[in-house]
Amino acid sequence: MYDVVYFSSVSENTKRLVEKLGLKSVRIPLKSDEAERFTYDHDSVLVVPTYGSGEEKTSVPKQVIKFLNNPENRKHIKGVVATGNTNFGESYGLAGDIVAKKLGVPLLQRIEILGTPEDIEQLKERLNKLWELQ
Amino acid sequence: MNTRLISRPVNWNKIEDPVDLDVWNRLTQNFWLPEKVPVSNDIQSWETLRPHEQKLTMHVFTGLTMLDTIQGTVGAMSLMPDARTQHEEAVITNIAFMESVHAKSYSSVFSTLCLTSDIDEAFRWSEDNPNLQKKAEIVLNYYHGTDPLKRKVASTLLESFLFYSGFYLPMYWSSRAKLTNTADLIRLIIRDEAIHGYYIGYKFQLAYNEADPKVQEEIKQYTYDLLLELYENEIKYTADLYDEMGLTADVKKFLHYNANKALMNLGFDPLFPKDECEVNPAILAALSPNADENHDFFSGSGSSYVIGKHESTTDDDWDF
Repeated sequence: MYDVVYFSSVSENTKRLVEKLGLKSVRIPLKSDEAERFTYDHDSVLVVPTYGSGEEKTSVPKQVIKFLNNPENRKHIKGVVATGNTNFGESYGLAGDIVAKKLGVPLLQRIEILGTPEDIEQLKERLNKLWELQ
Repeated sequence: MNTRLISRPVNWNKIEDPVDLDVWNRLTQNFWLPEKVPVSNDIQSWETLRPHEQKLTMHVFTGLTMLDTIQGTVGAMSLMPDARTQHEEAVITNIAFMESVHAKSYSSVFSTLCLTSDIDEAFRWSEDNPNLQKKAEIVLNYYHGTDPLKRKVASTLLESFLFYSGFYLPMYWSSRAKLTNTADLIRLIIRDEAIHGYYIGYKFQLAYNEADPKVQEEIKQYTYDLLLELYENEIKYTADLYDEMGLTADVKKFLHYNANKALMNLGFDPLFPKDECEVNPAILAALSPNADENHDFFSGSGSSYVIGKHESTTDDDWDF
């Protein structure tokens, strides 16, 4: 199974979601300079939150950008999961769209906040399918 | 000579909690005023609504105005004494001000679309409606209470749950291509409320995690109890408003869905099971044009997933 690489702000909503998956997971550091040096060389799915500003330019957390700037990191990302809130309208999970498009990998799912039990089940199924497809 | 420290100037170059700065930036980036939304383009559409539909819309909007009034003048301010940082205090002033902008924006919709006599009637209705007054009473009671954790819970439930019986209607009209400019304005309010709910919920969780397990258990129980108390009243309020149009069942699903999100903002598990939260897809689409793509991405249908042409990325791609 793929590992999970995720970013979560100090509010830790995304962290809780990831913990419910019960997969091996690593967290991209909160500090930008640490995120820049952070590497992970196992094939993984990236979970990225969107915090909802009107501007596309700022929707991908800068720590995730730093992490993905390293080609060695991004070649291991096989899929993306977007967390967010439908209240943000068109920006719901936007960071996930942007990163998935840039990486040329599927956006597996959008999930709100911590995810409901049904969201988690669905995501597990999709991760299994993605794993079997490789 | 020693001076006694009376007050400290807020130093934004020394951030204790990065969420304060992040939320401040998002709220200020998202700043808007109702005058920017061309609600007058809805005048013709308003005239196509039947009298009871117009009346319902006005009642819903005075109900929302009242919640924003409470949140702007009492709710947000009641969080001030417990702020953990001076930056949080600044964010709270922004939240309070935006609630007042929201409250005023409904008046701007009214003055554009409605007759003064109808506006007066709608405000009278809001003062006389027992379920709406009850809603205010429950929340205000906790805002005036002494427990800071409970104030935050009440505030988060107001921001993330209580508004939605009202928000449903402009989304419903928008899904039928009616009052679409008004819906744009409401979407701006909805976006703000999400950040408010997230932020207050986050500050709640910081304090909650420091509390001893016994207090945590009590607060958790209180949260579900308060939600159910508000929910019971909300169901009556909803039926009172929407029965005539046959929409009550649909609104209830929207309430369940948002109640779950409010709980998640507080870090608690959702309460309502999936089949009670299946929001009408037209409403979800009106709320969030991107959100209806929760299909199986392997099916290859839908616009969010297109099996790719592959193209190697270059470092320039990552220079956002």
